[in-house]
Amino acid sequence: MITLYDYELSGNCYKIRLLLSMLEIEYSKHTVEFYPAADHKSEWFKAINPLGTLPVLVDRSHEPQNAGQRRPLQQKTEKPHNEQTADLNPIDGLTLKDSAAILVYLATRYDKTASWYPSSDPAKIAQITEWLAFADGITASASQARLAEGFFYNVDADACRARAHQLFRILDEHLWFAEHRKQRWLVAGDLPTIADLACFPYIILSEEGSISRQDYPAIRRWTDRVKRIPGFIVMPGVFPIGPELSS
Amino acid sequence: MLRVQIASTMAMTETTCKDPVIHNHWHAIAAIEDTGSHVHHTRLLGEDLTYQASTARDTSDSTGDHEFAVSRTAAPDKLLPVHCAYGYIWTCLGTPAQPLFTLPEYAESDRNNVCACSVGVRVSAPRAVENFLDMGHFPYVHTGILGEQPHTEVREYDVEITEDSNEVIATRCRFYQPQAAAGANEGMLVEYVYRVPHPYCSILYKSCPDDESRMDVIALFVQPVDEINIRAHALVSVIDATSAPLAIRMFQQTIFGQDKPILENQLPKKLPLDPRAETPIRADKSAVFYRRWLSRQGISYGVIPAAA
Repeated sequence: MITLYDYELSGNCYKIRLLLSMLEIEYSKHTVEFYPAADHKSEWFKAINPLGTLPVLVDRSHEPQNAGQRRPLQQKTEKPHNEQTADLNPIDGLTLKDSAAILVYLATRYDKTASWYPSSDPAKIAQITEWLAFADGITASASQARLAEGFFYNVDADACRARAHQLFRILDEHLWFAEHRKQRWLVAGDLPTIADLACFPYIILSEEGSISRQDYPAIRRWTDRVKRIPGFIVMPGVFPIGPELSS
Repeated sequence: MLRVQIASTMAMTETTCKDPVIHNHWHAIAAIEDTGSHVHHTRLLGEDLTYQASTARDTSDSTGDHEFAVSRTAAPDKLLPVHCAYGYIWTCLGTPAQPLFTLPEYAESDRNNVCACSVGVRVSAPRAVENFLDMGHFPYVHTGILGEQPHTEVREYDVEITEDSNEVIATRCRFYQPQAAAGANEGMLVEYVYRVPHPYCSILYKSCPDDESRMDVIALFVQPVDEINIRAHALVSVIDATSAPLAIRMFQQTIFGQDKPILENQLPKKLPLDPRAETPIRADKSAVFYRRWLSRQGISYGVIPAAA
């Protein structure tokens, strides 16, 4: 049984919800109100994650002796939004506290095609790791500008926007050259990887931090492609897309 | 870089309020439950404010309640009028010209009163109120919750401006909703009544999934940060014995999160009051009355007034 400690309006939580949906993994959500209650800084939550950050994923089906095996989950979801009582007991199973670590774990363990995180391909997983770090840069810039505007975080929003535009320019050029090599995803290959999911949320939400994507056409084409991945789901602030026009 | 600077310059347009009606109105600035005894900062009508639970400050001022102290940041010793109502702290930069509107349902003992959230949105206050009044966007923006295709029709409804209380009231509004509230388990034809008792506040009464004889209440209190930026405060007052406050808050935060990009992309950001500026359809009847009502009061803040 997988439990995701989740906040609906969090882009980092959305990364995990996207992969869980695309891999068709059953899980239960435990809502942690990031704003305005700041429940991620509460004592009960810090007992689960001392860093006080979201998301956190707990996989109680994790058994160390079987760690190398991949098997689909059979359990049904427990009641969602069982928010009242905190689980203060030590948690059995695997607890992961970082969105990139969670993506790596879920893809490695539950993706039977091994395409989302091709762990046997050293070059690819190194490139994916580069983009996971790049995604953290987007979180530190575009996401912070969004928190300043929507949730009144006291940060230098102009500096965050300037940094985000630097990163978006780099990403747009990367995608533009990739398209000219007939590549559709951040890491070259036929199928998307967790690199795409790690970068997508705070880019698609960037306008909530007054960061326009008007000057990044290759980014806009790539976000459309992400939205057409089977199993794609939306969150507030993200809109679905129709099917691709056939030429 | 240039674009960023232009955007931030626009966002910081100095707009100290010259509109006497808005200047002398009460405005919500924060949820009581979110406000501690340390100093908080916000903006209202283009002016920086500080506020706090008033344990450490002299509150011998003669107006309003004294649980909270609110002042202009530039004049910390001159306390502004404070009124605590409906879960929120209200203040007035001028002299309150009239008491805050009444919302008697808030005091009913079996209601679950929840301050759902306070969210920043780059839009004028009247645009936000008008979006709140609009049922037509439900199936497209709140898909699967407040509406879904093919149930897109906004049926004929009634709107009036009441003589005694000077409010816009829309009645007989009906809409099919897949999940009308946090506690709803199935779709239902929901009946709505809208009140606009304040230029920047609207109250919606809707069929209660738990009790056919009563109405749930959702109120939008818009804090005009300046003419084109707001904090949207939501009060949810429901008859729902089972949903936890957190579930109610998350439901409303999802709805606000879906509205935010729609509102931020509306141009012009100020609401045009000239009836020819934007073409209404039948479903926009409440918006037509709302704009007319703002015009009659001479509102100029956050709107583009109609040419005389």
